[in-house]
Amino acid sequence: MATKRVRFTFEPDKIKQPVIYDLGHRFEVVTNIRMADVDDSIGWVVLELEGELDEIERSIVWAREVGVRVDDPTLGDVVEGD
Amino acid sequence: MSFESALRCRECGREYPLNPIFSCEFCFGPLEVAYDYDAIRASMTRESIAAGPATLWRYGDLLPCDPEFRVDLGTGFTPLVRAERLGEQLGLKNLWLKNDTVNPTWSFKDRVVSVAIARARQFGFDAMACASTGNLANSVAAHASHAGMDAYVFIPNDLEQGKVVGSNIYDPTLVMVEGSYDDVNRLCTELSADRNWAFVNINVRPYYAEGSRTLAFEVAEQLGWHAPDHIVSPLASGSLYTKLWKGLQEFAKIGLIDEPHTRMSGAQAEGCSPITTAYREGTLNFRPQKPDTIARSLAIGNPADGYYALKVMEETNGGAEAVTDQEVIDGVKLLAETEGIFAETAGGVTIACLKKMAESGHILPDEETVAFITGAGLKTVESVQDELTAPIRVPADATAFDEALAARSSQLAGAPAGGT
Repeated sequence: MATKRVRFTFEPDKIKQPVIYDLGHRFEVVTNIRMADVDDSIGWVVLELEGELDEIERSIVWAREVGVRVDDPTLGDVVEGD
Repeated sequence: MSFESALRCRECGREYPLNPIFSCEFCFGPLEVAYDYDAIRASMTRESIAAGPATLWRYGDLLPCDPEFRVDLGTGFTPLVRAERLGEQLGLKNLWLKNDTVNPTWSFKDRVVSVAIARARQFGFDAMACASTGNLANSVAAHASHAGMDAYVFIPNDLEQGKVVGSNIYDPTLVMVEGSYDDVNRLCTELSADRNWAFVNINVRPYYAEGSRTLAFEVAEQLGWHAPDHIVSPLASGSLYTKLWKGLQEFAKIGLIDEPHTRMSGAQAEGCSPITTAYREGTLNFRPQKPDTIARSLAIGNPADGYYALKVMEETNGGAEAVTDQEVIDGVKLLAETEGIFAETAGGVTIACLKKMAESGHILPDEETVAFITGAGLKTVESVQDELTAPIRVPADATAFDEALAARSSQLAGAPAGGT
């Protein structure tokens, strides 16, 4: 079993969709929410995904396909500019 | 000596031993170095600082590494320049520029890298790594050379030759990664998890970020031991900006200056302005952006410290501004023409935003204001070279020179002045 920490960012049109619930039902992945904040304009959730690594990766690909932005929860962009 | 006491989560406050880790196991919040300020207060005085080296290591008691591991290329204690001519143009009577273009690899990144590499040596790492397109790559490669350490520098594969040479001259292991910036991000995060490297902005990020505070320490010292009324800082990840505020608060905490009432303002390019956009919308939750600006050193679309930067803005009654690429170029020229400082595009962002903030009344004319110029212009020559007045070309003849000069004067008299 593997774990992966992720940050999901939701645009307003996605905030009402039960994306995390759906992810947990579509894939053999346990979702464990650690932090979250949602307002009128944007929402984000920091969570841990637990399961087989391939299954976790597939669930992340699916989340991106349904319009959720997926990032590392702490680092932001690692590549620094000029 | 060093007075670091623990790593502390910026979200939930849980503490961790001083290891090469960067996020909280419980809430996944970012970790930050905590210090024993009572001990520092007993050890560090204005006199002891003044007796120290003319580098950032004069503030060694407030930096997270033991003295024997320091790597010193001469970084820091850069000039704080009184900007009378620029101030006059902008209607600011008390304007200062912190000129960090004069560091060993010509950017403020030498501060953070100095601290990161010192702490990495203390941890026992023998290799440094980073992902960067310019300033950070240059600095990591140079400092690793000086310290005799290996360096792994990851860059996107479409960089201009000049930027590649600027790192490659120090002979690091330079890795050009095929794919997008997001692909480079993903690869580096993955590699950092299973290689025995000090990845400056990943596993030693809590220590690395502390180096930025030295800019605030220097400004307070150079102003005669007080905090300025207003700071204008470029915003990329938001780390520099938040650490400037932390540094001023720490100086007050250990009794070196009075409690700061500095208004903290940030500067971004419109083409990558997630923090400014959130500030304008009145939210602490920024929306990541895909960068599209000539100010590439500030082109971080998903800023790790964006949330904390927005909190500092709120707390200090500061603000954020953003400018177009043309305004960035005009800002670089204005700074050069009025103060003789040639900044890279990030400096143009700062000056152009400073101008907008002065014009809007956000910065008051009498406020003691410090703007931070974080990188040298020779790194981004291509952004301004086509915007400058063409040189006069003459044969080696005095009469021909006088005629050409007169022609140029009349031509300039009929054209709008350069700059902004």
